[in-house]
Amino acid sequence: MATTTATRHSRRTSKTLLEPTGKELETYEAPKLVIPVDPGRDHIQGDPKAILTLVEYGDYQCPFCGAAYPEVKKVQKELGSKLRFVFRNFPLTNVHEFAQVAAETAEAANVQGKFWEMHDFLYEHQRTLGDNSVALGYAKKIGLDTQKFEREISQHVYQKRIKEDFMGGVRSGVNGTPTFYANGVRHDGPAEAEAIIESLRAKS
Amino acid sequence: MKTISLQRNRRKRISQTRAQRVGGKSARRNPSILNLGRKAPNFSLNSTPDQKVSLKDFRGQPVILAFYPADWSPVCTDQLSLYAMVMPEFKKFNAELIAISVDNIWSHLAFAKDRKLNFPVLADFEPKGEVSRKYGAFKEKIGESARALFVIDGEGIVRWSHLSPDGVNPGAEGILTALDQLAKPNA
Repeated sequence: MATTTATRHSRRTSKTLLEPTGKELETYEAPKLVIPVDPGRDHIQGDPKAILTLVEYGDYQCPFCGAAYPEVKKVQKELGSKLRFVFRNFPLTNVHEFAQVAAETAEAANVQGKFWEMHDFLYEHQRTLGDNSVALGYAKKIGLDTQKFEREISQHVYQKRIKEDFMGGVRSGVNGTPTFYANGVRHDGPAEAEAIIESLRAKS
Repeated sequence: MKTISLQRNRRKRISQTRAQRVGGKSARRNPSILNLGRKAPNFSLNSTPDQKVSLKDFRGQPVILAFYPADWSPVCTDQLSLYAMVMPEFKKFNAELIAISVDNIWSHLAFAKDRKLNFPVLADFEPKGEVSRKYGAFKEKIGESARALFVIDGEGIVRWSHLSPDGVNPGAEGILTALDQLAKPNA
């Protein structure tokens, strides 16, 4: 909405006062993903060589990420084998007290080959994030070595990796969560399937 | 609405190299905000009811000035919460961050506490918008500061500036790139 206002005032440029000139938009260029997708490190869902790439920087406790979770599923369903989806951690620990532990939980499941199962479980059970026994129960259910799983979480084994994800995100212009990159360019539209698909197709 | 307009404009954008945007030799000339190489106007504004912060207090170190429209924007993480998280990176450059809006000091105090902000948030409240105006970062019609960023070097010279389109949170990437360049001018 605000943007539309800016465009409407575009001809009333004043030399001394700052009014929206519309120029900000003409020269606007969305930030680019500066950390390329690395199949050796990244969590990738779908064909690693797919022609379209959607990268999400997400926080498991963020309600907006929770709302975007089914939207990503819709995008994946719609684009099928043409899409690879990459998830990177961006826990906003100053506003979300359980986000860091949740990210470490998913990483601990990852080493045992169950990243996406845990990723999905965490988003589907966002309200239970303060209670670690919920994820532990699920870990047991999907056959993880729960001793190793618990130990790695309590020893913060994946803290460094999560921090690296975070700083890579900051350098790529992540400005909140969730932030999506459609084929390497920040998607500034709504975190909704239709808009994300449009961005992916436009920038392919 | 927002997306459509953004994308339409993005298509007709003028191609601009990254070096220009981050303040290389042929620095970006913004039609309205204070340009590069200019002396940053000094100011002294309240950070608490009985404390003032002045730009000149930080002479000798880089300062990041973040003008923003209003406290309490209804989003999960706003620009300033992100900066609070990135603060350790800014500190690596010995940089200080100062945020400024026209909200009054009581609003700022509550806002800073709620978002766990770890830098001064100054009230450009009386006369309203005076400092924002000096930086060309005041929107007269709306009566709010623009979302404008400045990186000022240890001598008090503006080395990088950026005006965000309405509704776009600029993130921290531009600031960090500008601080990189300040630290390694020949890189």
